[in-house]
Amino acid sequence: MAEWIKTVAPYLYTYRAKFFAACSATFQMFYKAGLIAFAIGLFFGVILVITKKGGIRQNVLVYQITNLVINVFRSIPFIILLIFLIPLTRAVVGTAINVKGAILPLVFGTVPFYTRQVEVALSGVEEGKIEAARSMGSGTFGLIFRVYLHEALPDLIRVTTVTAISLIGLTTMAGAVGAGGIGSFAINYGQNQNHSDIVNVCVIVLLAVTFVLQSVGNALAKRTTNRSLFQIRRGNGGKTI
Amino acid sequence: MIEVKNLKKTFHLKSGDVKALDDVSFSIQEGSVYGVIGYSGAGKSTLVRCLNLLEVPDEGTITIEDYQGIEMHGGIPTYQGKRMTARQQNQMRRGIGMIFQHFNLLERSTVFDNIAYPLKYTGRSKAEIAERVQELLALVDLREKIDAFPSQLSGGQKQRVAIARALAANPRILLSDEATSALDPDATESILNLLKDLNRKLGITIVLITHEMAVIKAIADRVAVMEEGKIVEEGTVYDIFSDPQAPITRKFISSASPLGKIDKLIADDSSLTQIKPGEVLAKLIFQKDCVGEHILTTMAQQYSVNLNIILANVEYLHGNPLGGTIGILSGSPENLAAGIRFLEENHVRTEVLKDGRVD
Repeated sequence: MAEWIKTVAPYLYTYRAKFFAACSATFQMFYKAGLIAFAIGLFFGVILVITKKGGIRQNVLVYQITNLVINVFRSIPFIILLIFLIPLTRAVVGTAINVKGAILPLVFGTVPFYTRQVEVALSGVEEGKIEAARSMGSGTFGLIFRVYLHEALPDLIRVTTVTAISLIGLTTMAGAVGAGGIGSFAINYGQNQNHSDIVNVCVIVLLAVTFVLQSVGNALAKRTTNRSLFQIRRGNGGKTI
Repeated sequence: MIEVKNLKKTFHLKSGDVKALDDVSFSIQEGSVYGVIGYSGAGKSTLVRCLNLLEVPDEGTITIEDYQGIEMHGGIPTYQGKRMTARQQNQMRRGIGMIFQHFNLLERSTVFDNIAYPLKYTGRSKAEIAERVQELLALVDLREKIDAFPSQLSGGQKQRVAIARALAANPRILLSDEATSALDPDATESILNLLKDLNRKLGITIVLITHEMAVIKAIADRVAVMEEGKIVEEGTVYDIFSDPQAPITRKFISSASPLGKIDKLIADDSSLTQIKPGEVLAKLIFQKDCVGEHILTTMAQQYSVNLNIILANVEYLHGNPLGGTIGILSGSPENLAAGIRFLEENHVRTEVLKDGRVD
């Protein structure tokens, strides 16, 4: 195996330790920023849907402010956001460099996009289902958890997949603040030193990760459309099990 | 008992204000089936949604379930002098079942979980919930579908699940918003039979909204006819059918009766409806105490009035017959006048559709 890699990608083999470190950095940025962005984006997505005009907790002020903040951050290119947020990152996490310094800008770069996507997914839940749940006495929390999030799950999985893939794209830019990762490895050791095998392998790795994410996302979305993910069977000749 | 007094609701749209409810009052006896009929936009859907406060009326008073006199002022509901909280409104809705035109089941939940949805608000244990769901499934005759998802059910079956769900928490009132409008005729009939059955078996009060007179005819005891946010006519189904007053009511009834075809025949100037001078094309309505050939035969013999029947029909409303005949009456002017007088004396309502007499 090692011999084979040496022949097809000699420079990658030479810098293999750096390569694994880069993969690890990308992975850390991805899951740390991803988890935080997932929670925050879901929260604000729900806020947008319930406070919009005609929503279950209509609130023009909250909606407009959330909407405005999202629009502002969505319109800033990530590479600029990364630099622009340096003072804030330093104040919050104590440093603006390395993986640690990249998480906050990655969250800022992902949340607005994800919030919008969540908003769209939740808006797909039919008005009638909300009305039926209200007629059965569900309050705001019941409507959010038992109807909106429950019914929109396949769409939420789809938009989460799309967002996850775009987040991987963003992590490649984090090299600009010294966070390392596959993106900066490809530029510094591949492009700048003219080692095309390194660039090629980086592209293949990113392609593979994207492909896996998309496949898992598609499968889960399909598996949850019009049915629950895990089903408890109740029918057993009319008896309950 | 449901009582509604002076209900008002205006929607402020960009295109202008729409008075969905314009001073609506009525009361519904406990255990009865009350129909509200009207064309779309008449305000009937708003009316039923106001009953469980899914829509809060601007003004008016509602008495429903244990809530005696919920008062609305400026779109804010107050009960016993205090503003009703969201929690109180939710509590109130749990005592009123509701079904919809498009069923509104959760697509990602099984039949079991859909029916169990409102039961989670009743403080029952898991075992009690499972038991209650089985009971409800037996009630709507769908036991074998307990693990099915809504996408695997037909429209009629979905509505049965929705009915089971609406009845889960033992409400004494069921609101039905066009529950059969999206169903085929067979499914419509079976759902209406089920509702009628539940009304008899459980004594549940049903308020149903529809635009089809056939639905009213099939199961309602009383009916209110709505037009432009107002109730234009209200009464027992038999009275409304045998003697409709408002033009819109007549329109609805002719749409539900085979006799309604005459309007089209007259409009098309069909040869069936051509009358000679001196003849009269008339609709004769025989109410419960006078259905039968007898009167027509007597009229023909005693007054020498001939009746050439074009359309005839007898229907049963809650076991009471209501007959109708449309035909051309002919005879000498004096005989014709005497014949018609005879009919009216015998409580046959005579409506002249086309008059060939010269006076």
